[in-house]
Amino acid sequence: MPTLEMRLQRYRPEQDSAPHWQDFRVEYDDSTSVLDALEQIKAEQDSSLSYRWSCRMAICGSCGIMVNGVPKLGCKTFLRDYPKGLQLAPLGNFPVEKDLIVDMSRFLEHLTAIKPYLIAEAAPQGQPHRQTPAQLARYKQFSNCINCGLCYAACPQFGLKPDFLGPAAIALAHRYNLDSRDSGKAERMAQLNSDNGVWGCTFVGYCSTVCPKGVDPAAAVNQGKIASTLDGVIQWFKPAKEPRNKEQSK
Amino acid sequence: MHDAVKTLSTDVLVVGGGGAGLRSAIAATEANPKLKVTLLSKVYPMRSHTVAAEGGAAAVTMAHDSLQAHFDDTVAGSDWLAEQGVVDYFVKHAFDELVQLEHWGCPWSRQQSGEVQVRRFGGMKTERTWFAADKTGFHILHTLFQTSLKYPQISRLDEYFVLDLLVHDRHCYGVVAIEIASGELVQIKAASVILATGGAGRVYQFNTNGGIVTGDGMALAYRHGVALRDMEFVQYHPTGLPGSGILITEACRGEGGILLNKDGYRYLQDYGLGPETPPGQPQNKTMELGPRDKLSQAFWHEQQQGRTIQHPQGEVVHLDLRHLGQRFLLERLPFICELAKAYVNVDPVKSPIPIRPAVHYTMGGILTDTNCATSIAGLYAVGECASVGLHGANRLGSNSLTELLVFGKVAGREAARVASESHPAATEALLSSLTEQALTPLKRLHNSNGTERWHELRQQLAESMEQGCGIYRSEAGLQQTLSTLNQLKQSYQQLRLGDTGKAFNTELLHALELGFGLDVAEAMCQAALERKESRGAHQRQEPGLTKRNDEDFLRHSLAFYQTGSAARIEWQAVDTSLSPPAERRYGGQQQPDNPPKESC
Repeated sequence: MPTLEMRLQRYRPEQDSAPHWQDFRVEYDDSTSVLDALEQIKAEQDSSLSYRWSCRMAICGSCGIMVNGVPKLGCKTFLRDYPKGLQLAPLGNFPVEKDLIVDMSRFLEHLTAIKPYLIAEAAPQGQPHRQTPAQLARYKQFSNCINCGLCYAACPQFGLKPDFLGPAAIALAHRYNLDSRDSGKAERMAQLNSDNGVWGCTFVGYCSTVCPKGVDPAAAVNQGKIASTLDGVIQWFKPAKEPRNKEQSK
Repeated sequence: MHDAVKTLSTDVLVVGGGGAGLRSAIAATEANPKLKVTLLSKVYPMRSHTVAAEGGAAAVTMAHDSLQAHFDDTVAGSDWLAEQGVVDYFVKHAFDELVQLEHWGCPWSRQQSGEVQVRRFGGMKTERTWFAADKTGFHILHTLFQTSLKYPQISRLDEYFVLDLLVHDRHCYGVVAIEIASGELVQIKAASVILATGGAGRVYQFNTNGGIVTGDGMALAYRHGVALRDMEFVQYHPTGLPGSGILITEACRGEGGILLNKDGYRYLQDYGLGPETPPGQPQNKTMELGPRDKLSQAFWHEQQQGRTIQHPQGEVVHLDLRHLGQRFLLERLPFICELAKAYVNVDPVKSPIPIRPAVHYTMGGILTDTNCATSIAGLYAVGECASVGLHGANRLGSNSLTELLVFGKVAGREAARVASESHPAATEALLSSLTEQALTPLKRLHNSNGTERWHELRQQLAESMEQGCGIYRSEAGLQQTLSTLNQLKQSYQQLRLGDTGKAFNTELLHALELGFGLDVAEAMCQAALERKESRGAHQRQEPGLTKRNDEDFLRHSLAFYQTGSAARIEWQAVDTSLSPPAERRYGGQQQPDNPPKESC
């Protein structure tokens, strides 16, 4: 079996003052993923290596890491595509906890802040809402986010200003705002309109490039800016107490 | 190193953040908003393995369907080993729970009219499986997780790993856990504890499961004397990818995909599932829409007869979706197209997908009553880790996602009810002595001078289970695996960790998971050994044991943990009060409909 050089960023908080690099050599074939290679290292070379993983099929969102400086899912990145070797580091823009594991708590705070749940008036008793395929299609793409955090590692704004809600949280807010069953947009706009909301984005667009699920958070942010502008204009002309999002919720 | 143990206290503690855990946490808080509900999970909830379920969730929906039909399909699918009262409750509450999910925002796939769309699924007489494209589990999990954020009463302990339950005199007082990030130990007192820790598929080599599916909750309850029921029934999903075992959903076949052997022949017609249906025109309970146990067994026979296909990563058959066309595949099965491309470099629009059976689901689990209560006061179990009695000897696809919701709600409500009542308080002295006992395995691992490594032991466990406790079993094979497990348990005492740190010591967690897995695997093998008949997913090869034997084995197995020796098996009567045992028939041999009964 051919082998490949891998350089891993290591950091053990109890003994290292700063992260450092360590080289490993792994066997691989056409099907070996970066996650498989990490498992090989942990099993055969250094059992103290730590990284997150679970599903192995690009849906649980655990195994985001930097591969040669690019945010990737370890389970869906293959050694065959890196014949010159790879360098693995923890996801950028997040504090490192140990080796390839980062602290995701800021991400979760942002996710929670945008009220990512249906805020609806009384639902039909004992029956589902009607929602046509066209209405579903408006938000479906934005509901496919697996919370892997790759877009935060790609976002220069989040890197500079961790209070920025960031691509995934804004995309999720947008997902609910676009849902025909939802009437909570007004409650979410406060967050989205704030300095840490959509206007924090400088539209680099790299978040959408790295998204492993085609969610296109940059489009959500951009559409959010339009919504935010409209929201501002409408607010200007309407009494404050009236729900402002009726037209979108139909 | 374990001098300091932090203490926390809550009313309802839910262990596990998958579909069942989240549903029960929400139900508990809705039942009594004054209660403190704590959701503890070894991973962030949205990483839980519910996320990987693809095909859908079953509930009677169409006008031409009936509760009786869903009941009959489930009972026949279970080879009459399901608890019929439980099935009856389940089918009656399934629809309301899927509607509840819809009201919480789940993006169910729709018909043009805006009504919810349903699809065909294996072993189901009528289309009744709700779906969200082919990422149903993902959408259910995220909908539940996001909805849980609405409730300030639910607090989370993300990335905490439970070491043991605090049990004294058949009463559960809480758990001892480790905070993974810091390695700190924490004693969590709770008036009621719900185990929702998922299955144990990782004790096998080829499986569709995530790395976290290691049987933790099953082993925790088992070690404290709760029976594990029907553990011999391990479901092989007929369509996993070779090598990785990654799941290729049954919805592929529900939507019209066909299975072909090396001669391009639809071999299922030779296994009581025919007559052959035209490609792209699937018929319920026929051919590719037979139940999972029968399809995986058919693969085994094809392999024995040399009619499978050589693939670089083992023997396979072909799942052919080409006749469905690109547009349909991208609408209904987009994730399957993505997975096939990434992991076996196949575009299902142009080529068939190589597949093989892979361990998918544990039908058995922690014995509970219909209220999800275990034999320990204050301890509940729900979802794949539990055996409430829904699946018997073989689970039908799309019944388990609905199970998480229907029984998640029951478990949450019951745990809240008990937590709302006054309950005996444990003295601090008792709790600290229980905590001390709970830390023994951890101390042994840290202080070991042994030379064994977790990875090698885990590998041997997985290979041995595959070998001796697979699709077809024999006494000799099971004895061999049991003897290997026994040796592995000895070796486990000599396990030594290479990582001596506290923060994110994932080697320590893998070692603890291995310990859980060894106990669960042994229960599976011992029950399989003593069930001397063939039923559902448990098939024996010896002459005289290849048929179902209702006279002796129309009974649940109950495995009881024995320190230092093999599990003790007892037998429990099955509730067959609503539908007397009959022959399972699929394809052209299906029995006429049962007359409607009062109960359904």
